[in-house]
Amino acid sequence: MDTLVQYLQYLVNGLTLGAIYALIALGYTMVYGILKFINFAHGDILMIGAYTGLFTYTALLGESTNAAWMLIAFFIAMLVSMAFCALLGMFIERVAYKPLRNANRLAPLLSAIGVSFILSNGAAWLFGAQSRRFPYPFDDTPIMLGGISITPHQILTVVVSVIMMVVLTLFVNRSRMGKAMRATSLDQATSELMGIDVNRIISMTFAIGSALAAVGGILSAFDFRVYASMGTMTGLKAFVAAVIGGIGNIQGAMLGGVILGVLESIGAPLLHIPSALKDTIAFAVLIVILLVKPDGILGKNEREKV
Amino acid sequence: MLNFFQLIIIYAGIYALMAIGQNCITGNTGMLSLCHAGFYCIGSYVTAIICKTMGLPFWFSLPVAAVAAGLVGFLIGVPTLRLKGDYLCIATLGLGEIIRNIATNVNPVGINSVPRAALFGYQFSSRNKLTFILLIWFFVMIAYVLFRQLAHSRIGRAMIAVREDEVAAQSNGINVTKYKIGAFTLGAAIGGVAGCFATAYTLTVSPGSYTFMVSVMVLCMVVLGGMGNLKGVILGAFIIEFISYFPQLVGLSSVIPAQASQVLYGLVLVIMMICRPQGILGRDRYRYGSQVKKGARKAAGAKEA
Repeated sequence: MDTLVQYLQYLVNGLTLGAIYALIALGYTMVYGILKFINFAHGDILMIGAYTGLFTYTALLGESTNAAWMLIAFFIAMLVSMAFCALLGMFIERVAYKPLRNANRLAPLLSAIGVSFILSNGAAWLFGAQSRRFPYPFDDTPIMLGGISITPHQILTVVVSVIMMVVLTLFVNRSRMGKAMRATSLDQATSELMGIDVNRIISMTFAIGSALAAVGGILSAFDFRVYASMGTMTGLKAFVAAVIGGIGNIQGAMLGGVILGVLESIGAPLLHIPSALKDTIAFAVLIVILLVKPDGILGKNEREKV
Repeated sequence: MLNFFQLIIIYAGIYALMAIGQNCITGNTGMLSLCHAGFYCIGSYVTAIICKTMGLPFWFSLPVAAVAAGLVGFLIGVPTLRLKGDYLCIATLGLGEIIRNIATNVNPVGINSVPRAALFGYQFSSRNKLTFILLIWFFVMIAYVLFRQLAHSRIGRAMIAVREDEVAAQSNGINVTKYKIGAFTLGAAIGGVAGCFATAYTLTVSPGSYTFMVSVMVLCMVVLGGMGNLKGVILGAFIIEFISYFPQLVGLSSVIPAQASQVLYGLVLVIMMICRPQGILGRDRYRYGSQVKKGARKAAGAKEA
């Protein structure tokens, strides 16, 4: 019985982690869907988002300890950080990726690695190497539910992630802009002929992806603190999540994120291996998925044309 | 100043070996792999274990490190090389992380005070950098000659054929899988040799030094210098190491933090990709290639219409 409660606890933790992975994975998958390239700088945008959120929050809060204002300040900080990262994402796309759109496939990938270096080392330079705590905007006393402890920040993480994902799904499936995005990812040349401004759509994709990464960054900062290289590992794993779900597929990224979060949380105790090896689990899952079903769980099986 | 310059030359040599291996995989055969840090890690650990724990001489560890890394490369290669392009890149990235992760968990503190390499009673100490430069660059030259000969041989031409067009290569009777795995194993083996020399120089092994960034740096050397061009690849190793140690070299390491040079390195990469994507010494084959491709696309379009 005890072990059941324990595993339910791991499940809760895994779902929270998975929600964050899903948010970040969306950015990877949307960009891949349209441009067919891995945006290696995405993980560092999430780090910038976390820093922006932290600075805005502490600036807004000042000396105040008013509970309501803390929560409002937190959400304002999140919006500011989303807006900033959206602009940053668009800027990076314009400067570092757009000139390479017709180059060979390695060029944008390496350019993205370069941007990632600039962002993470620039942040380490400006903000110092030490990690910072992101203060909880509320009292973070765990709520006990039959032996399982759920902290308010876990609830916040899941609620915010679900809202973001619902809004994104509605946007992509219902709005005019979303329709244009789907068309562009299907066939860029034809969409252009149909009067879609492809450059604007690509900019928009980067903006949305980066804004979601900012939210993911702030939410992950509660558990992992804020530091310059925080985006590297989280970003890589979110990318793994995107591949598990089927890269290029928005629902797949959400599903992949949750699956990876749960596997990471439950895998180590289930297999009786030290929890430090949980990163290995993530990458082992990735390799198995790539070998068994390279297009991911929800990906379409596209045969390569000769 | 001179000291740092010598240090740069030593590290450029170690990284040049890795870059030659990466070039065999990415430049010649066209596979985008990101796990050279893993092979480097294996080479370093094998050397440290053989020299320290087993007490055998360095020259015995050198071939063992190469074989061990090559073997791991082979075992990794057999299942993953079926994947193409970006997928292969991700799978190898994952494998590199797994190797590092296992090293971190099995041996979190690393191995210290590995015995020095010796030749006819002469010990290669990290104090006397000049002899070490001679040692490492001697092996870089050997690798250069071997891999240049390989690239110009029948095997090398088959690898280039695989890079240019797998289907066409296959239809010309080239066993694509065999050449891919062969190139991967060779590239991995020389990565192990680089790890072996790194241990011989620093005399320590710590799992923290085999991060994903090492793999990325090696790939950047290859791309910066010019894919498929061995001289370019070695030049790339020099440039990247030079940028890394630039603040120390000009004696401003207290004013310019290490991160600044990394930022510069990122900038170089982005500007390079935009202005000269084929690398410094890369053949300008894109101009020719793109014309051919344009023609091919026209032909395909005509067929579809």
